[in-house]
Amino acid sequence: MNIDHHLDAATIIAYTAGTLDEAFSFVAASHLSWCPTCRETARQAALIGGEFLGELEGTKISEGCRNQTLSMIDTATLHRFPNSPPARGEVPNPLARLLGGVALADLKWKRKAPGLALFDLPLSAASHGRLFLMRIAPGKAMPEHGHGGEEITLILSGAYNDKFGRFAKGDVADLDEDVEHQPIVEKDFACVCLVATEAPTRFKSWPARLIQPLIGI
Amino acid sequence: MPALASDMLNKEKSLDRQREDQIARRLILNIAKNLDKQAFSTLFDLQAPRLKSFMMRRGASPEQAEDLVQEAMISVWTKAGLYNPDKGSVLTWVFTIAKNLRIDRIRKEASMPLTELIDYDAPSDELGNDEMLMRRQESQQVARALTEIPSEQKQVLMLSFVEDMPQMEIARRLGLPLGTVKSRMRLAYIRLRKTLESPN
Ligand SMILES: [Zn+2]
Repeated sequence: MNIDHHLDAATIIAYTAGTLDEAFSFVAASHLSWCPTCRETARQAALIGGEFLGELEGTKISEGCRNQTLSMIDTATLHRFPNSPPARGEVPNPLARLLGGVALADLKWKRKAPGLALFDLPLSAASHGRLFLMRIAPGKAMPEHGHGGEEITLILSGAYNDKFGRFAKGDVADLDEDVEHQPIVEKDFACVCLVATEAPTRFKSWPARLIQPLIGI
Repeated sequence: MPALASDMLNKEKSLDRQREDQIARRLILNIAKNLDKQAFSTLFDLQAPRLKSFMMRRGASPEQAEDLVQEAMISVWTKAGLYNPDKGSVLTWVFTIAKNLRIDRIRKEASMPLTELIDYDAPSDELGNDEMLMRRQESQQVARALTEIPSEQKQVLMLSFVEDMPQMEIARRLGLPLGTVKSRMRLAYIRLRKTLESPN
């Protein structure tokens, strides 16, 4: 996989600090599992956390807590790696686990508009985001849209082009909220993406705003 | 304090921490290989108090903080075999464990706990000998980078890593546009990477 478009360093910092919303963390983790470059960035960012932890003055631990912890290790079960990671393939490991091994083609996609289908992924109640798969037919243009909120998109298959270049498998579009763009899917294959959004996406142009309720994203 | 003296003090502190990290690495190795309880109790005394401060900074009461410390330290015991010295200091690893524990508590009902997700996603990339040596010096370099970046950049990092604040909340707290918060993070990271990649 040849990855040209990476996560924003600010996103990786928030991810390693643990402050990125669940939906965004999921997409970030998915890209990281495919991308050694961003993995190295994440590794370096995590060092900051270790450093800050090291700078803190300690607070006394009660005898009770200490004794209890030391006695609990007798019965603690040692951690093992999960047996067999899903086969390397069409989706990154975190997603493969979430889908329970179901192939993308076999999901119950919801058609939202001609050429556009969505599949929502579950999040915990604590999340303020939304996580979904999006499938756009070959040659289709997404309506031009600003985000009115943050959005991270990971390409799982197919490819699209917009003013930022060509986005294909493994590439991630980690865009600032004020960015507007109009992705156009290449004509040979459908493009499937994993998307995290904050608020519901608000499309910019008025025809697009008309489409929005229709397609429900 | 004159700049030079504070510089020296910082250097001394980070050398102390480097020594501490060497000790911690040995302890972890012993736990992983021999299930050495003595090593664990030494490691507990070394790290639990800081971890408690850390949890309290993130808004936990002293009792909650001790609960979390207990849980985090037990994870250190059960996951000692997964610690990869090439990835960073023991404190960095402990930070990651503690952070993930907290997130998992928030996302209790999530279908996939984050801790598992991360274990999965951490294939270690192959390293040469030089690189491994360089990484042993890293905690010192990170400390240096953090004293060298402008305080406004250090502040957003502190608010993220210690105070547990999302970017949006930092922006609100500091009265800045979100974009400014992000660009401060980016600049801080660029400096950190430069420091890590430049030979001493
Ligand atoms: Zn990347």
